[in-house]
Amino acid sequence: MKISSIALAAVALLAAGGACAQSKEQFFPLLVYRTGPYAPNGTPWADGKQDYLKMINARDGGINGVKITYEECETGYATDKGVECYERLKGKGASLFDPQSTGITFALTDKAPADKIPLLTLGYGLAASQDGSIFKWNFPLMGSYWTAADVLIQHIGKREGGLDKLKGKKIALVYHDSPYGKEPIPMLEERSKMHGFELIKIPVTAPGVEQKSAWLQVRQQRPDYVLLWGWGVMNSAALKEAQATGYPRDKMYGVWWSGAEPDVKDVGEGAAGYNALNLNTAGTQPKVIQDIIKFVYDKGQGTGPQAEVGSVLYTRGVVIQALGVEAVRRAQERFGKGKVMTGEQVRWGLENLALDQKRLDALGLSGVIRPISTSCVDHMGSSWVRVQTWDGAKWSFSSDWYQADDQIIKPMVRSAAEKWAGDKKISKRTPEDCQS
Amino acid sequence: MLYRENGQFKTNYRADQQIFPILQDRIGIAIVLLIAFVLVPLTAPEYLLRAILIPFLILSLAALGLNILVGYCGQISLGTGAFMAVGAYAAYNFQARIDGFPLLLSLLCGGLCATLVGVAFGIPSLRIKGLYLAVATLAAQFFVDWAFLRIKWLTNDSTSGSVSVAGLQIFGLRIESPEQKYLFCLAIVAVFALGAKNLVRGAIGREWMAIRDMDVAASVIGIRPMYAKLTAFAVSSFIVGVAGALWGFVYLGTWEPAAFSIDRSFQLLFMVIIGGLGSIMGSFFGAAFIVVLPIVLDNLPYWFGIPVDTALASHLTFMIFGSLIVFFLIVEPHGIARLWSTAKEKLRLWPFPH
Repeated sequence: MKISSIALAAVALLAAGGACAQSKEQFFPLLVYRTGPYAPNGTPWADGKQDYLKMINARDGGINGVKITYEECETGYATDKGVECYERLKGKGASLFDPQSTGITFALTDKAPADKIPLLTLGYGLAASQDGSIFKWNFPLMGSYWTAADVLIQHIGKREGGLDKLKGKKIALVYHDSPYGKEPIPMLEERSKMHGFELIKIPVTAPGVEQKSAWLQVRQQRPDYVLLWGWGVMNSAALKEAQATGYPRDKMYGVWWSGAEPDVKDVGEGAAGYNALNLNTAGTQPKVIQDIIKFVYDKGQGTGPQAEVGSVLYTRGVVIQALGVEAVRRAQERFGKGKVMTGEQVRWGLENLALDQKRLDALGLSGVIRPISTSCVDHMGSSWVRVQTWDGAKWSFSSDWYQADDQIIKPMVRSAAEKWAGDKKISKRTPEDCQS
Repeated sequence: MLYRENGQFKTNYRADQQIFPILQDRIGIAIVLLIAFVLVPLTAPEYLLRAILIPFLILSLAALGLNILVGYCGQISLGTGAFMAVGAYAAYNFQARIDGFPLLLSLLCGGLCATLVGVAFGIPSLRIKGLYLAVATLAAQFFVDWAFLRIKWLTNDSTSGSVSVAGLQIFGLRIESPEQKYLFCLAIVAVFALGAKNLVRGAIGREWMAIRDMDVAASVIGIRPMYAKLTAFAVSSFIVGVAGALWGFVYLGTWEPAAFSIDRSFQLLFMVIIGGLGSIMGSFFGAAFIVVLPIVLDNLPYWFGIPVDTALASHLTFMIFGSLIVFFLIVEPHGIARLWSTAKEKLRLWPFPH
């Protein structure tokens, strides 16, 4: 009797445990591109995203006991393929997407609200989606192209000895001719009106291997500064062209997507002096990277080559995934620890992220990023960024921390978001909606 | 045994001229339509509808349009992506600029604009032929790409150059759920396929085919090459334009010129060649081959639970897909549609072949 009841209880427990273990899995869809002209930059990013999940599973056994599962889907940076991947992984229980491409983000921005899945677009995506009161499902954490453009102009102004010194100067924007490259233009136009510099827009046809005509324009117009808004092979091609044209590299400033190792490595010495924005540090010193090496690579389970661990884009992938995991953790605090979170719950988590320095230290991200806290209205959380300079062998910081000028950004974001809402016939979220 | 026309006598011209003269074909097509219109929307999962069937239908329509030009009239075109783009952006402009413009009408207007552009770029076909014409239509591709990237008016001054549509509805009925979108595309594709089939069976289709087979001989027997070629460009671009509008409106929702790049033009040309030049059915086969096969190949490792590196899987997909194209072109240069008709011929004699 006793034995049988114990056995029964054990069986029941086992069954319950088994059932729980099966259902208690948080699925992370990974939209990546490891092929095509953007692969040199997409691959470390994808590796970072996946390795972080592996590390959390190995070190912590998941998020409060909820094991993480994941699946990759190759988008090739193409929008139609990205939509297919989204549909494929959505059906497997996705509760958060990082589309890894501005074009795909645009297409998914219409689909996400209907599917109730938030989009995490750290440092990219739609600039206006910073306004959480209209873009309920978009989270351009840590910066948008508008904040990037704004900070670059601030930095150039500082270098010239004051923003008023920009009057009469010529600043060229050499950009990837796609929504990604075009997003910063309204901000630069606004700043150009304010400070009286001339903005020269030089588009480069995607993927940007061929840039002779663009740099011919640079040579003819002799801009005082060149802003580089490239991605993938376009960045290194631009630096080689700048070298061939004789344009001073130290007058070139890239966005944070044009400031990684693959962009400058091939050019080496030729790119010395080139500057770019930096969202996150690189290197293997941070504890989070050390943990990844210890729990993933030392066991031979690394996704990519170990040499790339800790590179700029790898670390960015780690940061993105860490923020995603933290959003799930935050959501669990409210909706039940040790439970699988739905898209709606993760969205709440993203909207109520509060990562102070202490929490970042605990995550092993101290020094990698600055504290970030989001709210219903502000889906960005922080716009702190630094400028880094390539010395021919490595990136090093060459400026203090900057923050985008809210006085300029806020009204622009508001009017763009309102225009979007008008076009799409979306109503603004009510205060009650913010509470939920 | 089952597929045999013995005993099916035609007593008037009408019966002889119908699209499917054999009873079994009529039953077959009725079953296919029944499955497509009733069974699929009721049972298919969302992924199948949204990610496979809708793009398959839309690209079938585009391939159908291109097949009229390349397969029936013999004019090689590499500007299909461009004509799709014109259709999509024109339809978008009608929707965005005129409040309350009906969806169906804006799709058709998109098609009409594509027709105009198509005819304009078809004019060189009166002088140049074959591969040279392909190069001339390539100009359409580059010109249209340039126009939609640079002329801000065409994208309604969108800052990022990407446009989007929302809240599709037809006769007050919202088209939101995957089933509704699928049925909407299916209905349009069915109507266009029927129309195209009838066109190519009629006088104008015969003119196109005469021009394709030998234009000098055709003009000798009184077919005006200019009329025949330009109508082929017009009809083809119209269908392609509507397909482009559907691609933007229904499948992507938000798009940029890259959605209609030169890759799209090549993809459609391959569909037509692999599916079968000069065959309405072939357009569907070709679209299925090019759209569905890579997705299936891509999914295979996951279905069987084999862990494969993402990059390797997508390279393998490319390689297998490429070798299958070569295989099909060697085994049946006339496309999958020819395989289909050979199969039907064999089926007639089965089980007692000579």
